[in-house]
Amino acid sequence: MSLDTYLKIGETVTLGSHTFTAEEIKRFAAKYDPQPFHLDEEAARGSIFGGLCASGWHTCSMWMRYNMKNLEHSRDEAWEGPGPRPEFGPSPGFSNLKWLKPVYAGDTITFTRTAVGHRPLVSRPGWRILSLKAAGFNGRDEAVLEFDSAVLLKAG
Amino acid sequence: MASKRWAYEDMEEGRVFELSARTVTAEEIIAFAKEFDPQPMHLDEEAGRKSLLGGLAASGWHTSSVFMRMMYDSFIADSTSEGSPGITEMRWRTPVLAGDTLTGSSTVLSRRRLKSRPHIGLVTFRHEVRNQRGENVIECENPILFGLRDPGAAI
Repeated sequence: MSLDTYLKIGETVTLGSHTFTAEEIKRFAAKYDPQPFHLDEEAARGSIFGGLCASGWHTCSMWMRYNMKNLEHSRDEAWEGPGPRPEFGPSPGFSNLKWLKPVYAGDTITFTRTAVGHRPLVSRPGWRILSLKAAGFNGRDEAVLEFDSAVLLKAG
Repeated sequence: MASKRWAYEDMEEGRVFELSARTVTAEEIIAFAKEFDPQPMHLDEEAGRKSLLGGLAASGWHTSSVFMRMMYDSFIADSTSEGSPGITEMRWRTPVLAGDTLTGSSTVLSRRRLKSRPHIGLVTFRHEVRNQRGENVIECENPILFGLRDPGAAI
């Protein structure tokens, strides 16, 4: 099994779908992003968004929750090598993040991940860096979120 | 809107907003990780020490959310903010470890009014968040929308 096959390079993987409730939108916003359009229906109606919607950081964090769920499942899949099973490490960040449409209370968002490629990390022998594209789509099939990300990968 | 302290008009190139200090606790790191990013280095001190991060460390998404709250407390709350279309770049430079106290700044790089909505303008910031050792934990560039205090006036 090649590393490319294991990492599903070039393939868009559906991570799962999540329905954002008004209650959880407000709970996240109260902690991290208490702008009126994330916290109060009435104020949100008068804002540029026109209705209560999730903080962009909430949408991103939810992408990560479904990404981790998916990776847990893939740990059950067979790894035939060569070398030990690849292990994911931390991420150095992301770029080109776009909150394309508001995520409104009641919206169901389907999250995806597409692994783009990987290269050796010169500064850390034994580690590689995997580039990926992340996205989220609402029930009207509109993209609500996209970003380019990277994650460290320990692989022979 | 008119009563807010900070509007598009105030966002001159080079203006700096200092971000108020915030300490990130182990409890908060673990609670966020359980909900959104349950990797061992974000959940357990011992696992964190053995990882590349060197200790119980906040998820990058948690650090980003804390940074959002620091911006909110420092200037967004008392502004005409209409949200943000995205993040040009976010670098998680140094891990945020349990007990770290973060400060930082948001500096205006450029601004322009929207053609489609002349009562709103897009302000691009460079943000830096530092730990108590003066190391940058976040370097970020992003645009934020702000309403104009006086859309009829020339700028």
